[in-house]
Amino acid sequence: MDELIVFDKVYLTYHTKESETPVLSDINFTVSKGELMGLVGPSGCGKTTILSLISGIIAPTSGSVLTGGSPPQKCDISGYMLQKDELLPWRTNMGNILLGAEIKKLDRQKTKQKAIQLLKKYDLEGVEKHYPSQLSGGMRQRIALIRTLVLAPQIILLDEPFSALDFQTRLQVVGDVYNMLKSEEMTAVFVTHDINEAISMCDRVAVLSSKPCRIKKIIDISEFNGIPPSERRVNKRFVEIYDDILTTMQNDGE
Amino acid sequence: MNYSKEHTRYLKRLRGKKVTITLGRIAVVLVFFGLWEALTALGVLDSFITSSPSRMAVKLAELFSTGDLLYHMGVTLAETVLSFILATGAGMLIAIILWWFETARKILEPHLVILNALPKIALGPVIIIWVGAGTSAIIVMALLISLIITIINTLQGFLSVDEGKLRLFKTMKASKLQTLVKLVLPASIPNIISVLKVNVGLCWVGTIMGEYLVSKAGLGYLIIYGGTVFDLDIVMTATVVLCVLAAIMYYTVVVAEKLISKKFKFDV
Ligand SMILES: Nc1ncnc2c1ncn2[C@@H]1O[C@H](COP(=O)(O)OP(=O)(O)OP(=O)(O)O)[C@@H](O)[C@H]1O
Ligand SMILES: [Mg+2]
Repeated sequence: MDELIVFDKVYLTYHTKESETPVLSDINFTVSKGELMGLVGPSGCGKTTILSLISGIIAPTSGSVLTGGSPPQKCDISGYMLQKDELLPWRTNMGNILLGAEIKKLDRQKTKQKAIQLLKKYDLEGVEKHYPSQLSGGMRQRIALIRTLVLAPQIILLDEPFSALDFQTRLQVVGDVYNMLKSEEMTAVFVTHDINEAISMCDRVAVLSSKPCRIKKIIDISEFNGIPPSERRVNKRFVEIYDDILTTMQNDGE
Repeated sequence: MNYSKEHTRYLKRLRGKKVTITLGRIAVVLVFFGLWEALTALGVLDSFITSSPSRMAVKLAELFSTGDLLYHMGVTLAETVLSFILATGAGMLIAIILWWFETARKILEPHLVILNALPKIALGPVIIIWVGAGTSAIIVMALLISLIITIINTLQGFLSVDEGKLRLFKTMKASKLQTLVKLVLPASIPNIISVLKVNVGLCWVGTIMGEYLVSKAGLGYLIIYGGTVFDLDIVMTATVVLCVLAAIMYYTVVVAEKLISKKFKFDV
């Protein structure tokens, strides 16, 4: 199965007492194994909704969403890194990292070994017995990332994971995450507001319209495949791709 | 640890302030009783209807030597602690059930609010008829007063758990039981503790009200008895003892709170 995520004519409408809101309208795309797909679009257009569909928290109103060939409710192959770190203040950092393993009843010792390796890799050695409140925003975000990674998901969903970080930490974490996703050959869907960030990390970027959300255009930037974010930013093609995405975003008529 | 001079001075000032506050608190009590004693001694207040600290001390010694004091204190304390444990335990259990079953919660919500607004003392005669004029009537009274509010407040804490954290648990495909045990309950600890604090007070109210109704034993009985025979020394003494007991129980909860929040890393 090469296409890990398949959206086929997906529509989604939210129902509340006051109104019904059509949010997604005829969304079609696929993400292949090992690919990094970016989603950019105006605020409130439905980006988080698309990730919720992939993770199986919600089901489409019509159309089908498949991950690894089956509906996401029936399989457990995605890890979701939310907009905020959502670390539990009453658990130590290690306790937080092991939360998913506890819930899924995985082998605690094995997961712990893996967590220790990841902590080492991300310069977080020695914080496992501390509590999240003792960490900086960047460190907390990395702990949340490790919490997602120790479960070794086949698909990783990132919802503006860096928006809480300051500029410098952000550049560094973007680089780290890119390296990690690529070295583990992970498949990822990455939501961001930041066009720069999308181009620095992704293989393809889907530009979404405002609500009800359609895909305006999927921009292929696989020419950057294998080039790390810091080098992409100084590549001369960067600006051209940036313009392409920006024009597509601003273009209302299609 | 080595602090800079400035920090040492700061700490010293902080400690000084703390000493002032503690001394001030003690002074308030001393002034209150001192003034009371002085005014009755000067005849401004009639010690027959206000009693006085010295007369209370005599009465306290008398009640203590006959064993009455310890007996009535013991009865009231036992009733209060028992109803506190029952109200907290049952209240939390019901709150968990209502959290679990959303429809049941929606159905029962208005009824709980109305029950809570009812002045429970109105049910006094009914309670006595139903469960008899004994300890059980007192416990039922205390439960009536504290149980509903325990349920309402605990449930409210459960329902105000952060949306984002609930979402995290959903993405991890956590079961409802896992969400309860690993998220909702630990996240509600600060709220549960404040519920306990309120409950301590309510259980005292309930117990004393119950003792007024049943009038067989306990500090509430002692107060009613003193009032009936117009012995204000008994009334005042029993009231002060009651104050002290309530304070001790309240601070026990406060200490428990400190220990728990230290363990669970909550800032209080
Ligand atoms: N549970 C819900 N019930 C009703 N409407 C919802 C619900 N969740 C989201 N919406 C609406 O659906 C639209 C899309 O929401 P979504 O969170 O997917 O947007 P987004 O693109 O992630 O926005 P942002 O960039 O602000 O994070 C929004 O207009 C929102 O108001
Ligand atoms: Mg969003």
